[in-house]
Amino acid sequence: MSRNRPFTPKVVTANLLREGDVVYLTDRDEWTLDLREAEVLEDEAHAQMRLVEADKPAVVVGVYLADVTVTETGPVPSHFREDFRASGPTNYAHGKSSGQRPGPEV
Amino acid sequence: MYQYNDFDRAFLATRNAQFRAQVERRLDGSLTEDEFKPLRLMNGVYLQLHAYMLRVAIPYGTLSSAQMRQLALLAEKWDKGYGHFTTRQNIQYNWPKLTDIPDMLDALGEVGLHAIQTSGNTIRNVTADHFAGAADDEVADPRPIAELLRQWSTDHPEFQFLPRKFKIAITGAPNDRAVTRAHDIGLVLKRRDGALGVEVIIGGGLGRTPMVGKTVRDFLPIEDLLPYCEAIVSVYNRLGRRDNKYKARIKITVHENGLDTMREKIEARFAELKPLFSGVDQEMLAGIERSFALPDFVDNTPAPILDPVLQSFVDTNVTAHKRDDHAIVTISIKKHGETPGDATADQMRLMADLAEAHAYGELRISHEQNVILPHVRRDALPALFEALKAAGLGTANVGLASDIIACPGMDYCALATARSIPVAQGIAKRIDELKIEHDVGHLKIKISGCINACGHHHVGHIGILGLDRAGVENYQITLGGDGSERTAIGERAGPGFAYDQVVPAIERLILAYLDLREGAEETFIDAYRRLGPAPFKAALYPEEKQDAA
Repeated sequence: MSRNRPFTPKVVTANLLREGDVVYLTDRDEWTLDLREAEVLEDEAHAQMRLVEADKPAVVVGVYLADVTVTETGPVPSHFREDFRASGPTNYAHGKSSGQRPGPEV
Repeated sequence: MYQYNDFDRAFLATRNAQFRAQVERRLDGSLTEDEFKPLRLMNGVYLQLHAYMLRVAIPYGTLSSAQMRQLALLAEKWDKGYGHFTTRQNIQYNWPKLTDIPDMLDALGEVGLHAIQTSGNTIRNVTADHFAGAADDEVADPRPIAELLRQWSTDHPEFQFLPRKFKIAITGAPNDRAVTRAHDIGLVLKRRDGALGVEVIIGGGLGRTPMVGKTVRDFLPIEDLLPYCEAIVSVYNRLGRRDNKYKARIKITVHENGLDTMREKIEARFAELKPLFSGVDQEMLAGIERSFALPDFVDNTPAPILDPVLQSFVDTNVTAHKRDDHAIVTISIKKHGETPGDATADQMRLMADLAEAHAYGELRISHEQNVILPHVRRDALPALFEALKAAGLGTANVGLASDIIACPGMDYCALATARSIPVAQGIAKRIDELKIEHDVGHLKIKISGCINACGHHHVGHIGILGLDRAGVENYQITLGGDGSERTAIGERAGPGFAYDQVVPAIERLILAYLDLREGAEETFIDAYRRLGPAPFKAALYPEEKQDAA
């Protein structure tokens, strides 16, 4: 990887061990369901350090860094896969889609 | 139907207790995720995009009313009120909590269901013709054989760590409704000189490298089936590649070694194994066959159908039964705009009740994600249809363009590269708006959200494959696939389409077919075979046609 390539901002994300829900790490070392509350990591070394710190196997599963774009309202996903993880399935208004997606509440 | 005996119940209770303890040890930190993951997968528990997912096997697609009600209970008590019927005759729950799954498995065990070997590199749920035991074209009911295979393969000590997953499908009819040639082993029951035997097909599969299975034995005496299957899996277990997961399925083993070499090795292993099967398998089969005795059919005299709406339903959703006064009814779980294969708990309960009232308490799940009542008294069809219609289950579209197979795709699946469900919803809604699907007739559209092809797109007359192209959803279209006894892999039509361009592309394709066909009796796939891909590609890519002109 080129040393000159600008670092893409990232957040630490995982799934909760018990519930399976998608969560993000905050700067208070807490897990939140809301991506907008996540700590945005602006450089590689800090991101790697936070990834290691976040890997708490009694609480979460599958910890990794996800690319985000920083906006005025907070971080938003850079890739559509992360968009679905952050906002829930598009076929029903449930899970994280509750109240956001069209369609029936099942 | 097969009823669990004391051995089955004890085995399942032990497995469920083991898994409950494994979950507890994971939660208290005694097990790491790396240690726990293979254990949960052996019990059908995945971690998907938004939540855990529990995949429950419906062996050879057969359910009793009591089992269907229990599936509804799981949906309501531990999920979000619905379940998703899959293309492998399983049901998936998309939202369970890990802490609830041991209770869910116990509840399944109460009605003789489980999630064992619905994941992992093992022999998966044995699938079968969803009209088995009822179809008028059937040589023999394949379900007793499928149950024997289920018992043999479940927890088989030699086959828990195969090179890759292994799927077996069986049909007892010449009209292949089980896609046998797209399975690791496909079995087709046949009669020769009055004796029952089986055509054994190996090396079929879809996924990254789609291949049509090859016949390794044209007619195997039925009593040799179990040792022969064991020989196949045993040879595969030794020869199958473990160095590359993308080359680990038996289709690649057959391709790389050649059918003749595979046959030679299988026959040699079969000669070793056959004497070890002392006949106990045939004794077991005889017992199993007794449990699949047909219901005590009630003679009835149906009145002529005068209601055109009911007639339309009968035309599409009803299939001839072995008996003239009975019918096979397919309940479409594909109402236009709904998620293919999803049924709510209330709908599941209603179908269970209707099966009990009109169909001797039996239901089937098809790989096409619909529910079947295999033995319906014909005089009950009007009442059945009215009840289905009232519950949103009366859609008359089975076998038509909106009866689309779609995998969960990126709305749920961690492996997916694009969404499938909204594409299926969009196509179905557009077809409904145009009011053309009854005119279009028989058409199989199948959608997968990644190259693993759970949506069987390779064998769709029109196949759609969702991919991630530089961070954007993109959809390839294949044409000419066929999952029937004339199995064919579809050919890629050309460049992919953006998400918002797929539905218009499929619309152009269908309208072109209506222009191109010789008459209403020429189906889409027949027209494609007669004309080849060129006129269909021209419809898909009109700008290229203009450029050429």
